[in-house]
Amino acid sequence: MRNKIKNIDNKAFLLYMTIVLFIIMYSIGIIMFGNKGFQKPQVFLNLFISNAGLIVIATGMTMVIISGGIDISVGSFVALTCMVLAWMMEKGNMNAVSSIIVIMLMGLVFGLVQGILIAYLNIQPFIVTLAGMFFARGMTAIISQEMISIKNETFLAWANNKITIPLFGIVNKKGVTVYPYIYPTVIAALIILVIMFILLKYTKFGRSVYAVGGNEQSALLLGLNVKSIKLKVYILNGLLCSIGGFLFCLNTCAGFVEQAKGFEMEAIAGSVIGGTLLTGGVGNVFGSLFGVLIKGTIEAFVSFQGTLSSWWTKIIIATILAFFIVLQSILAMSKKEQK
Amino acid sequence: MLLTPFEVIMDNLLEMRGICKNFPGVKALDNVDFYLNKGEIHALMGENGAGKSTLIKVLTGVEEFETGQIILEGKKNIINKSPKEAQANGISTVYQEVNLCPNISVAENLFLDREPRKFGFIDWKKMNKMAKELLDKLDIKIDVTKPTENYSIAIQQMIAIARAVDMSAKVLILDEPTSSLDDGEVEKLFTLMRKLRADGIGIIFVTHFLEQVYAVCDKITVLRNGCPVGEFEVDNLPRVQLVAKMMGKDFNDLENIKGENKDTKSKELLLKAESVGSKGNIKPFDLELNKGEVVGITGLLGSGRSELVRSIYGADRRDTGRILFDNNEVKIKAPIDAMKLGMAYLPENRKDEGIIADLSVRENIIIALQAKKGIFKLIPGKKQEEFVDKYIEILQIKTASRETPIKQLSGGNQQKVILGRWLLTHPDLLILDEPTRGIDVGTKTEIQKLVLKLAGEGMSVIFISSEIEEMIRTCQRMVVMRDKKKVGELKSDEISQKNIMSAIAGGVDK
Amino acid sequence: MKAKINNIMSTELFLPIVSLILVLIINIIKTPNFFNITIQNGVFYGYIIDVINRASELVILAVGMTLVVASSGGTDISVGAVCALSGAVACFILSGGEVSTSVYHSPYIVAFVSAIIVGLVCGSFNGFLVAKMNIQPMVATLILFTAGRGMAQLVTNGQITYIRVESFKMLGNSVKGIPLPTPVFIAIAVVILTFIILKRTALGLYIETVGINNKAAKLVGLNPVLIRFIAYAFCGLLAGLAGMIVSSRVYSADANNAGLNIELDAILAVALGGNSLGGGKFSLLGSVIGAYTIQALTTTLYAMSVSADQLPVYKAIVVVIIVSLQSKGFQRIIKEFKLKRKVEKVYEK
Repeated sequence: MRNKIKNIDNKAFLLYMTIVLFIIMYSIGIIMFGNKGFQKPQVFLNLFISNAGLIVIATGMTMVIISGGIDISVGSFVALTCMVLAWMMEKGNMNAVSSIIVIMLMGLVFGLVQGILIAYLNIQPFIVTLAGMFFARGMTAIISQEMISIKNETFLAWANNKITIPLFGIVNKKGVTVYPYIYPTVIAALIILVIMFILLKYTKFGRSVYAVGGNEQSALLLGLNVKSIKLKVYILNGLLCSIGGFLFCLNTCAGFVEQAKGFEMEAIAGSVIGGTLLTGGVGNVFGSLFGVLIKGTIEAFVSFQGTLSSWWTKIIIATILAFFIVLQSILAMSKKEQK
Repeated sequence: MLLTPFEVIMDNLLEMRGICKNFPGVKALDNVDFYLNKGEIHALMGENGAGKSTLIKVLTGVEEFETGQIILEGKKNIINKSPKEAQANGISTVYQEVNLCPNISVAENLFLDREPRKFGFIDWKKMNKMAKELLDKLDIKIDVTKPTENYSIAIQQMIAIARAVDMSAKVLILDEPTSSLDDGEVEKLFTLMRKLRADGIGIIFVTHFLEQVYAVCDKITVLRNGCPVGEFEVDNLPRVQLVAKMMGKDFNDLENIKGENKDTKSKELLLKAESVGSKGNIKPFDLELNKGEVVGITGLLGSGRSELVRSIYGADRRDTGRILFDNNEVKIKAPIDAMKLGMAYLPENRKDEGIIADLSVRENIIIALQAKKGIFKLIPGKKQEEFVDKYIEILQIKTASRETPIKQLSGGNQQKVILGRWLLTHPDLLILDEPTRGIDVGTKTEIQKLVLKLAGEGMSVIFISSEIEEMIRTCQRMVVMRDKKKVGELKSDEISQKNIMSAIAGGVDK
Repeated sequence: MKAKINNIMSTELFLPIVSLILVLIINIIKTPNFFNITIQNGVFYGYIIDVINRASELVILAVGMTLVVASSGGTDISVGAVCALSGAVACFILSGGEVSTSVYHSPYIVAFVSAIIVGLVCGSFNGFLVAKMNIQPMVATLILFTAGRGMAQLVTNGQITYIRVESFKMLGNSVKGIPLPTPVFIAIAVVILTFIILKRTALGLYIETVGINNKAAKLVGLNPVLIRFIAYAFCGLLAGLAGMIVSSRVYSADANNAGLNIELDAILAVALGGNSLGGGKFSLLGSVIGAYTIQALTTTLYAMSVSADQLPVYKAIVVVIIVSLQSKGFQRIIKEFKLKRKVEKVYEK
């Protein structure tokens, strides 16, 4: 058995495991909650709707982890993004489009600062982004301690723009065929996912990220500018976080201090469950998508079950994350021993 | 046949003339010349601190040099500022281990930073095809789409060589590429090297393995202590002569220096190792050691000297064999087990494995005894000071105070502190791995005297050194290592420079 | 003179003491009566007393965090969540599952010991992941950082559990007849006890050795895995104790807010104490001074009408400044700058 595991490519092994886990979990859901409608296509699509922002952020996180780093500031930064968006539109009377441009610039700057500290001052990514995490959360509170609801019409129009899918219609009690729907956020998230996939797979920059995460010293010897690559990774991640924050905000239509708490762990869990190695160099954004979907499925379980508190979601994800990082660690150790 | 001057120049690929390089307090390279022709495999040899790696670093732009010239292909006077620039000039290096990114595919490693692209995006199909063609040309038959880590270090080195060749390398530097390869892999590498030689590439081969030099090289340049010893045709330089040159001796003058006859008083056995081995580190060996005996382990760098003692001490994992200590079979899983039996090990690499840089001289001395006593039996402060003062006194350690951080001491004094650390544990067996490297002559002599004194008091010592004279002066018996294998032993009356060098060189009559 | 200044600046307690003085000066300017202490009913009152009192949990956590940082070069970011969890468990045991109680349902000592054990178990879990499984400390502790509060919510059923029994408040407030609040004594006791453990056993030396040079530590016969494990387990245990104090202060278990953001304060205390976050040599006293400094800073910021959830902004900036100054990249820049000036001087001559 152990030999068999060794024979399969570690990368592929972790990715397959994720997809299989997702299918099994979803099937269990259908069996357990079939009477409550778990098998409806809409439930599946809801996984995407409620996690559109997280999908984008998880792709950014995946890239950061592949490069050998980590970013635990993403949850707080999402809260900051939502707050700034809400504040600009509601208190600053800015229009929706320019508000979004501002938060994207904010994401770039945030990523730039973290990137400089990590790449050029050689500070551990964890310390930098831990500070970033508290900074962003605190800034959110400085802008407003009260919740700001977004009432901007353009923004709400985007948020409520249902797109029905003319497939898998279900006839309801009144005899009307109801089609499943998604929101534009889902399409945006999937487009970004594809762009990130192409970026990581088919561009020089993308392959450099893998090389740097695999072995920094070798990457340097092979002629790469390691520092600049790392800086670019954090800048791009900052941008993705602001976009993810925007998509997240379209779901909540509000900004408040406690928003997106624990998002960093969900993003990291999504990446790690999806086969990204915490030691860097290995990972795939589609794996992270499945990681996020697994998290969504757990949430769906908890809400379908009805009596469980939402805290179970966090505990179960943490348990799965712990399981996967221990698994990664064991795989890494057995490989070392082999050599 | 007479060569015209023109033809001579045509053959000249690389000339390094009068290279000088100083590190603070040390002359790393002193007027070194090095010539490499096209289609030549040229060995660069020397013991530790000879200046091989500095010369390579100067050539590849990792280090600057003060005076001298580097001339490529007879015309360009080049100064490389970085490895990248050296690569652009056609000088590529393949290192022992770290060359490629293990996680990405072979093809990617070959074409990283110069991937073939279509509409701005990487053309994977073309890249894989090009990679396959490139490797096929060099007779390397592997799947280029697999992650590089799936292949052995030997294959990885060949991939690195292929990359260098494809980036139009004219000079290829192989820096100890064979250290972790097995015989079959080495032969494959040699085949590749010969192929490249036929294509007119000049190869600089840095290695410790004599057999390999004689198997594949055309010329040898020997360095010693930063000075050039000379350039030799392989066919004109017998092995023993080469060893003598590396060790800084003239082989014909060796007869007169011989060890005194220092027979062990007791014949009581202390340590017995039976077919102890560690996969990849050292082939199974037997070793016996009597009480009060000083046994030297000799061999060139990388011959398995350190690996031998480390496998006994529990510092490296042991795969085979058993160890008897005081006639009892013992289990040594970690250094602490060995220490409890009464062993002590002064490691070869003082900076990485010896000193605990930020801690004081006092803490560095008592740490081993403290570890042996266990966490709850802290040595009282007074006692600690007493111990430390005693060893500062005995070993003549020059330090501002016992609370000075050890990193502020000179190399020799640091080494004495580590020695004090182990003497404080009152070991029955003291293992000294290159205790005199990089320290001043006075300290060296002191350490040698100390070893003899300790042996006189009944302590057994395993002594490893690159300096043969030092070994002759101190050892009663010598174990000879070559290519990660114990190849023989010299008894007290056989110990002489000539015999030792012959044994190291191998296959030459005594 | 210059040498003297250099000498003073190079002592390990320079940074923490200077920062403490700085913060105190700002405090005096902001609140002139900062150092005033009054006695009412035999109990001391005043800003400074308040700072010392409120800093207690932080001091306790900073002690644990110092050992974690020193031994592994990483930090334990789960301490705040562990505080919340242990407090929740203790209150659950005492309340017997009710939302509010005015009588103990179980003996106090059972709850207290359980809280400590919860902390110890959490610390051991972190220690196992970091020391044995070789996982980066922050990722390993991130698990409990998030899940810890979730578990605390489960224990308290998502509500704040009140223990309205006088003796429960003793740990976090004042005891009649004693002029200072109890947490002050507990913090001091923890510091002294830890100090004694570190100085009377070889643990302190072992931790430093492992943190400075892992390979050398192995060769001199130490077991780095065990030593790191002990550091994390101990840190967890102290987090359990701090959790008891936190919940005693508000005589309740509040899974959301107990020990919130305290992990940043604890890490900051260690850094401000002059300890390198890269591990190795450490100064416990430095961290303790650092902890009091941070509490004083918090008080200052409160006085400047900064609210609790805005505080982290300023602290995050301080963390970034300190680690930037400590960083290799920055020190290289300084070195190059000095070298340049030296060269220029030579040319001037």
